[in-house]
Amino acid sequence: MTWLGVFSQLLEIVAALLLAPLLSGWINQWRAWLQNRSAPGLLQPYRMLHKLFNKESVIAEHASPLFRGAPYIIFGCMALASAIIPTLSTDLPLSPAADAIALVGLFALARVFVSLAAMDVGTSFGTLGARREMLIGFLAEPALLMVLFSASLISKSTSLTTIVETLANRDLGIHPSLALAGVAFTMVSLAENARVPVDNPATHLELTMIHEALILEYSGRHLALLEWAASLKLFAYSCIGLALFFPWGVAEAEAPLALLLAMPALILKLAIGGALLALLETLSAKMRIFRVPEYLATAFLLAVIGMLVHILLAA
Amino acid sequence: MTNGWLPAAAQWVHIDWVLLVAAAWMLIGVAGVLALRRLTLVARVLFPLGGAFGLVLTGIALSAALSSPEVAVLPIGLPGLPFHFRLDSLSAFFLIVIGSVSAGVSAFAAGYFRKGEGTPPGLLAFEYHLFLASMALVVVADDAYAFMVMWETMALSSFFLVTANHRIVEIQRAGYLYLLIAHIGAIGILLCFGVLQANTGDYTFANMRAQQLSPFWASLAFLLALFGFGAKAGILPLHVWLPEAHPAAPSPVSALMSGVMLKTAIYGVLRVFFDLLDTPLWWWGLLLLVVGLATALFGVVFAAVQVDMKRLLAYSSIENIGLLFAAIGLAVLFSAYGMQPMAALALTAVLYHVAGHAFFKSLLFVGTGAVLHATSERNLGKLGGLIRTMPWVAWAMLVGVLASAGLPPLGGFVSEWLLLQSFLFSPALPSAFLNMLIPVVAALIALIAALASYTMVKFFGIIFLGQPREEKLALARDASGWERIGMAWLVGGCVLLGLFPVQFIALIDPVTRSLIGAGMADGVAAGGWLLVPVAIERASYGPAIFLLGVAASFALAFVLVRTLYHGRLRRAAPWDCGYPWQNARMQDTAEGFGQPIRQIFEPFFRMERELPTPFDVEPRYRVSVGDHFWHWLYLPLARAVERLAGVIGLMQQGRIAVYLLYSFATLITVLVVVKQ
Repeated sequence: MTWLGVFSQLLEIVAALLLAPLLSGWINQWRAWLQNRSAPGLLQPYRMLHKLFNKESVIAEHASPLFRGAPYIIFGCMALASAIIPTLSTDLPLSPAADAIALVGLFALARVFVSLAAMDVGTSFGTLGARREMLIGFLAEPALLMVLFSASLISKSTSLTTIVETLANRDLGIHPSLALAGVAFTMVSLAENARVPVDNPATHLELTMIHEALILEYSGRHLALLEWAASLKLFAYSCIGLALFFPWGVAEAEAPLALLLAMPALILKLAIGGALLALLETLSAKMRIFRVPEYLATAFLLAVIGMLVHILLAA
Repeated sequence: MTNGWLPAAAQWVHIDWVLLVAAAWMLIGVAGVLALRRLTLVARVLFPLGGAFGLVLTGIALSAALSSPEVAVLPIGLPGLPFHFRLDSLSAFFLIVIGSVSAGVSAFAAGYFRKGEGTPPGLLAFEYHLFLASMALVVVADDAYAFMVMWETMALSSFFLVTANHRIVEIQRAGYLYLLIAHIGAIGILLCFGVLQANTGDYTFANMRAQQLSPFWASLAFLLALFGFGAKAGILPLHVWLPEAHPAAPSPVSALMSGVMLKTAIYGVLRVFFDLLDTPLWWWGLLLLVVGLATALFGVVFAAVQVDMKRLLAYSSIENIGLLFAAIGLAVLFSAYGMQPMAALALTAVLYHVAGHAFFKSLLFVGTGAVLHATSERNLGKLGGLIRTMPWVAWAMLVGVLASAGLPPLGGFVSEWLLLQSFLFSPALPSAFLNMLIPVVAALIALIAALASYTMVKFFGIIFLGQPREEKLALARDASGWERIGMAWLVGGCVLLGLFPVQFIALIDPVTRSLIGAGMADGVAAGGWLLVPVAIERASYGPAIFLLGVAASFALAFVLVRTLYHGRLRRAAPWDCGYPWQNARMQDTAEGFGQPIRQIFEPFFRMERELPTPFDVEPRYRVSVGDHFWHWLYLPLARAVERLAGVIGLMQQGRIAVYLLYSFATLITVLVVVKQ
């Protein structure tokens, strides 16, 4: 563990915490532009968080401590997730604590807590949202794991930093398995981050919502933490995507100069990715909830086929 | 034993102390029979004493785990056929699990059993401690005779424990089914030992180890062992007794059966496959993998649709047993191709999961017991909101639920992680066909793990969260003192297993070394606090740092929010969406939570739906979810047996003259045969 490592680790956490709402704001802006609406400012998510933190928190009379603690746990999970994904540097002291499998476990932990918290108050929407969230989770989670496994098979490692180092230094275009994994990953991230076509982040139409149903009972600082955690999750997923499929520009160990360059590279990649996400969302329509298992099963199978392709070609 | 029948205590070695603990448990049982109906004595003295001996056993086994194997011969049993016992690292590992888990369950049981529940408390204590002693002796038995005697004692004592409430017809049926399948399985084990001794007539395990069986006989022994131990463990299609017997038994007994007794079957499988049989064949591994995965998927899908909390846990046990068999299959596969380090990794995952499952499943079962006593409800549809009236049980169960869902940083995740790691190493296998199969298998395991967390959210959310679905739930009382101690102990086990995998693998290492000649400890020790299976660039996992990371972010967020902003909080009625007539019955039910699973995995179930028509005066909706195996396999089998019995019954005329005629005919036939 070097001082530079500690520094890049801290820089990465701070960058994730600060940039995550910006990414959400950027995507919202693009969505508005693409839909011929006038867009809110780029800093709107920060204003929103500030407002929510200032408001008093109103919770249900019989809410248990689990309900109050869950936002902090979920926020903690997402903060740790963004700390272990190599976005700026691969020289991260925290990274050995959790590899790709543990990262999926971390997302699962957050999902379980958000679902349990939604069930705590006992309104019909909370439980409905919890059920739907777990439904999406049980198909999306293995699909994500398979995507990460495809990358692990190439780099012979489940450690995220090793994966990024191997993928960044490979020759172009010799891994068809990564193409399949890429499609599967895009589908999974749309589902996991409550985007169209699975869920609509802007909706409050009660029958169709998933993410909003889960956090319906939250207000004030708890809601702020959950919204922040949601944008951190989107940020983390975008960074996984970038790390797996566009790993160039990430600093490796002992390279302070590269670290300086890594930040603008990351911002540029995220800006392009965010705009593409907004385009994808605008072009597709939300599907019925019963079609979601089919959609996710497709993603799952694509990821498994990706692994098979890798083994076929390697043999 | 070193010299003579009773050597001086100073010369006693671990195995003697283990036998002594087993004897002490039996004595406690006898004391229970003497104090048949004195509940206070049984509950406050005998059960805690039994728990204390569980701790003693754990201590002995811990110190035995790292020392060389010891043997003992007890001249009891038949003349010239003494009991052989042997304590090696595998036995010691299972003794640690039996001792430590039973200590928690016994403490819970001290506060659990009450008057007026069928079998008198003293008799229950007798059966319970006999059950414990027989499980401990099964894993140290070193000849087929001692093994079978202990195995049968285990089956019988648990049968009587299952039927503690023997006046209820369903419980009688469940007990009968359990006894039947246990004995069919025992026949398989007996025949397996018969094959293993290879016509030498010597039934000690030492002799079986020395035999070199031909592939045919070795495979036959393998299949018989798989059948016999599989019946006890509950693999497909021999699982039907599990969801019947586990809910029928009193909760501490379900905890022991699910947490510990199923593991003795895993012990038997490991003992036969890796110790008594020499080099395994590759297709054994494949068969185990397929059977294990089918069992696991079946178990978890059925668990997700259950509405009875103990049945749900029983199906979840089937799932875990399936995962264990799949992991054993992988270990066999690696071992058959001579890839010992990989086999050691898979086997470490197996043993880790054995310990992890023992702790969290026992915890969950005793927790359902506390809920059952407080509410007298097992039906999920009539529970809810218990976290407010039973906080102790709820928080303890939350730990068990998270461990069971395989979430970091608890025990269930470590074994899942190790298992997935060993799958990622598999492309090194020399067979292309297997290489293609393995990713599919890994994908299925990931799917099963994710479904398990769906099931566990349903289980915890419906019982403890939300609003109480019945009025009487407001009066539910939290667990009593002894029950809390027992649950806290089991919670501690789940947490420690999750946070200190490196230290725990040091105990598993001698086991894998003795079974397949390779271990993980060297690589693991190099990682320090990180769990590193092979090399740090390859994979690593540090649960303590992981937990610290989440906890630090939690604390930092908490403090910062309060200092930078404020901590004001107001309580109000929940948002009713403008519909003020909402009540607790409008929450999602257990059936509702299972509905997506019923829809997606429809072919798995034999579903019967009763839908109301628009003209019904009293509309009813009923859905029952059945098991295909029951209708396609067991019922036809039962009918065939009945028909056969009917045919044989035709011979029974009840008249002496006819029977004499039979004897006469038999005599003639024998004479004719002998003459030729």
